[in-house]
Amino acid sequence: MKGDLRNSHCVDCIGEMGLDGMLAEYLPILIFLGIAVGLAIVMMMASVIMAKQHPDSEKISSYECGFEAFDDARGRFDVRFYLVAILFIIFDLEVAFLFPWAVSLSDVGLFGFWSMVIFLVILTIGFAYEWKKGALEWE
Amino acid sequence: MAELWEGYALPTIIIVAQIMAIVGPLLIAVAYLTLAERKVIGAMQLRKGPNVVGPFGLLQPFADAVKLMMKETIMPSGANRIVFIMAPMLTFILSLVAWAVIPFGEGLVVSDINVGILYLFAISSLGVYGVIMAGWASNSKYPFIGALRSAAQMVSYEVSMGLVIITVLMCVGSLNLSDIVMAQKGDYGLLNWYAFPLLPMFVIFFISILAETNRSPFDLPEGESEIVAGFMVEYSSMSFALFFLGEYANMILMSAMAAILFMGGWLPPFDIAPFNWIPGPIWFSLKIAFVLFCFLWVRATFPRFRYDQLMRLGWKVFLPFTLFWVLLTAGVLVGFDLLPAAH
Repeated sequence: MKGDLRNSHCVDCIGEMGLDGMLAEYLPILIFLGIAVGLAIVMMMASVIMAKQHPDSEKISSYECGFEAFDDARGRFDVRFYLVAILFIIFDLEVAFLFPWAVSLSDVGLFGFWSMVIFLVILTIGFAYEWKKGALEWE
Repeated sequence: MAELWEGYALPTIIIVAQIMAIVGPLLIAVAYLTLAERKVIGAMQLRKGPNVVGPFGLLQPFADAVKLMMKETIMPSGANRIVFIMAPMLTFILSLVAWAVIPFGEGLVVSDINVGILYLFAISSLGVYGVIMAGWASNSKYPFIGALRSAAQMVSYEVSMGLVIITVLMCVGSLNLSDIVMAQKGDYGLLNWYAFPLLPMFVIFFISILAETNRSPFDLPEGESEIVAGFMVEYSSMSFALFFLGEYANMILMSAMAAILFMGGWLPPFDIAPFNWIPGPIWFSLKIAFVLFCFLWVRATFPRFRYDQLMRLGWKVFLPFTLFWVLLTAGVLVGFDLLPAAH
């Protein structure tokens, strides 16, 4: 069944086409990935082979607009980047949580709708708190 | 033997041919997008743009490609070699594999998976790894700052992009990209496209994809005048070219996403005689070209944002507004009983 490439839009694919049939839908993506990886490697290697390589210590030192490189490049950075990352996790999870809800809104009905509204209100309270605390300030 | 041929080999060959039919034109489109960018910006600044190599400069992208190919691949002494090489390859690979689920016409799609939009969203989220890896592995100051900025910017705008996609999904009731396009088919032609009923979401989506692809006016990660070229500073030759190709292929991908979600994908603007003679893939390409033109137009028009303005727009304007709009759309759909039937 692996080569069988039937297309189906049904949500309940496992029941209708079997697990093999569903996985077959993903086979082209796997082949695509293989081709993309191959292409990237070939392009990279072709340049390395075709072009003359003459590295010297000045050329391969890290670039700092002509100055001698000083200090550690991976130094301290602003804690706000870290805050943004944490906020992102919360909201991206929320988006991931909304996807199935958005698709099945007609099935879950009013109960599902109001449950999500309550969830979003709780999230908004958290968001308002972050805002108030200044987690979103970048002066 | 015959079963092996018909069951495995033949379908594989067909898939490979389909993939080649996407990758080839895509890379040529990327090459000509770079030329189009220089030509359009040139025209907007009353210059000619490249016009020496070939007629109207049409061979310029190939001259650039050959030049990049023949350059030395520099490996900085302090770099983490493997990660340093993997970063541009990752960016390039991700910008290609996303095309597996894009429908170019009715049934014209390599893999019509039922979670298409989720797959696209996931692949475009992974793009941030290429940037972070490049910035870290270079072990140099400019790339590090550029990568931090870029990562924070991309994740910030991804949230509002996700919420915009949710509003469209509520109107469609399916995650399949072909279903999303077909849901925009109706008696009123282009008025059925989601760009009109969800106009504010379309605008926010467009601005978010500018930020996602690090394009002007949100090109702080590679702001030439302050951090040279951001996370790409240490790259040269083909490793730089792969970043470049990846970024431009990503621009085309995001434009395709905008076309599918908001502009009716391959559907003609009016379903009447002269318009529906033109095949779907051409309409789709025209819509992509239109969005790409807007990308270039914005670049020629707007000055660069400041970083605090960028973050303010993402977190304090777009996020609350899209969240509100998700609730509003859900409320209208439920309240007026407009929900699509379950698939």
